[in-house]
Amino acid sequence: MKKVHFSEWGIESPKYWGLLALLGVVIAISGGAAWYMEHNGHWVTGMTNQIVWGTPHVFAIFLIVAASGALNVASIGTAFDKRLYKPLGRLSGLLAITLLVGGLAVLVLDLGRADRLLVAMTHYNFKSIFAWNIFLYTGFMAIVAIYLWFMMDRRMNKYYKPAGIGAFLWRIILTTGTGSIFGFIVARQGYDAAILAPMFVIMSFAYGLAIYILVLLYAAKLDGREVGDKVLFRLKNLLGVFAASVFYFTLVYHLTNLYGTENHEYERFILLDGGVYTALFWIGWVFVGNLLPIALVYHPSIGKTRGGIIAAATAVVLGGLATIYVVVIGGQAFPMAIFPGKTVLSSGFFDGVNGQPFLYSPSLPEVLLGIGGLALTLLLTFIGIRVLQFLPVTLSDEAMDPHHVKS
Amino acid sequence: MSSVNDRGRRDFLKKSAIAASMTVAPGVVLQTLQARAEPRTTAVTSKVRWGMLIDTNKCADGCNDCVAACDKENGIDLVNKPEGADDALWERQRPHWIRHVKLKDNITGRITNLPMMCQHCEYPPCVDVCPTGASFKRADGIVMVDRHICIGCRYCMMACPYKARSFIHAEVAEKLTHTPRGKGCVESCNFCVHRLDNGQTTTACQDACKHKAIVFGDLNDPGSEVSKALKQYPSVQIRDDLKLNTGVRYTNI
Ligand code: SF4
Ligand code: SF4
Repeated sequence: MKKVHFSEWGIESPKYWGLLALLGVVIAISGGAAWYMEHNGHWVTGMTNQIVWGTPHVFAIFLIVAASGALNVASIGTAFDKRLYKPLGRLSGLLAITLLVGGLAVLVLDLGRADRLLVAMTHYNFKSIFAWNIFLYTGFMAIVAIYLWFMMDRRMNKYYKPAGIGAFLWRIILTTGTGSIFGFIVARQGYDAAILAPMFVIMSFAYGLAIYILVLLYAAKLDGREVGDKVLFRLKNLLGVFAASVFYFTLVYHLTNLYGTENHEYERFILLDGGVYTALFWIGWVFVGNLLPIALVYHPSIGKTRGGIIAAATAVVLGGLATIYVVVIGGQAFPMAIFPGKTVLSSGFFDGVNGQPFLYSPSLPEVLLGIGGLALTLLLTFIGIRVLQFLPVTLSDEAMDPHHVKS
Repeated sequence: MSSVNDRGRRDFLKKSAIAASMTVAPGVVLQTLQARAEPRTTAVTSKVRWGMLIDTNKCADGCNDCVAACDKENGIDLVNKPEGADDALWERQRPHWIRHVKLKDNITGRITNLPMMCQHCEYPPCVDVCPTGASFKRADGIVMVDRHICIGCRYCMMACPYKARSFIHAEVAEKLTHTPRGKGCVESCNFCVHRLDNGQTTTACQDACKHKAIVFGDLNDPGSEVSKALKQYPSVQIRDDLKLNTGVRYTNI
């Protein structure tokens, strides 16, 4: 491989500013939605005392999980010394930070008292995995920033490998921590599973890589950089492996749940008669998120086209959102077994009367807030690649492999 | 843990006094501060553990007296539906500290009625998960939320196995001085802590129950009515499989 050169994103100014303005408008609308919810209180959302975490959490958790996964590309290059991935590392580190910022912004703006952020930063309950996550997230940003610096500054290059390994380990802990937020909720059938944390790690691989591929192809296309098949096919094959792994974990998760009788009711709910959650599970999580991308990526002809690969990555993202929706909201909609062995005939506080699930329909401001997180991620990414040298000048097959013969 | 447990009542009251002076008219503050004169100078100790025994046989079908009394005592009835809110949705959003639940056994078909509220767990999951420590357990076993450091993340609501907590979904115009309440924070039954701290020994729900289904008292005092009743009758903790050692027990469930 030849020496890799990097350069700033070279699209024409009007296009660049237009793009920023567009994202800025989306973010402004989303900020307005957040203000509206904060100002009125959560009664203007679809959230209730039964479904306490709504659509904003779906987006926030998706982005946070994807953030640690986006770093994977850099990790493969550094921690596992795969040379082909090295030119891809900078963008990978940048996306890891911007995705995390986007996700955290949504999470914070959905707090009942977002204005008390300072309280959250100064009062810690060290038994709480949530409090630990605050450290994990800020620490992640710091360590990835250092990693990027070492990667980009020639003088610091000799430290870049340990920093890369550190970042890699940190991200594994971080995703496990995010998964554990659910693992600690012992009372709810859907979450009381040890497999949830490793499943979150593997989901993060898939979501992060899918977003990475989409951003890379988009950025390269806009300023005419070449992304050769060698690199792209390597990435898309990896995406296929990740999607398949998520599918595998999904199978294990539900099979182990089916093994324990106490979880049968919950499994019935998700797999058979949970209405929108069942539909989202089969269509969103399993089909769009797992089977479709696997088929697209490994299809002998479609899998070799840009369109096919973009479709596969998009499917992973959309399927991923559906997956998190089923986990977060489906897990709450299924009535907790407060009185095992009994049926609730009536209740003054919605205890799942006759086993009925809790109702929830997302409200517009919630969705807008979530989309705003995504827009913030993109905005920061585009600014980043514009002002600093994150993108390799070329990823053409010849650049990646001098012995490559053009066919 | 112990630092959380031992948080004294003075500390808490100091904070709620500040809250009171911030939120209500000056006259009202004066009145509460006077009412707080004596018994509150002593710190909460773990010599006492407040608890409750509920006899479900006595709890009457269709009765809602304890719920109404709690709503009044803790100002929950003052939480009004915001203008323009959807009725059905608001019903699921407005706070409840106690609720009446009617159950049918899946095998025998036996019907049980019971009031359900925060079970004041000795090992409360809500306290474990709370990132800021707003959710805390007092030395006397009462689990409550310090509304001044609650950030409204709702993790405690996810973690509570009894769905005992409510999030305040809207602005509250009117509130009682002894029950500060704010939009965006979480709250739940606190065993009428303001009464206990004033030297009273009963809760509003207990007083309201004319069927005498609720016995409240000090679980650590073998001579208390609740301890004697617990000794005499077989009782259960709801979801005892979670081993939370709840302060609220039930008989004849
Ligand atoms: S019942 Fe729920 S709110 Fe009450 S102490 Fe236990 S976990 Fe906390
Ligand atoms: S909502 Fe408040 S009391 Fe509950 S976990 Fe969050 S900060 Fe703690």
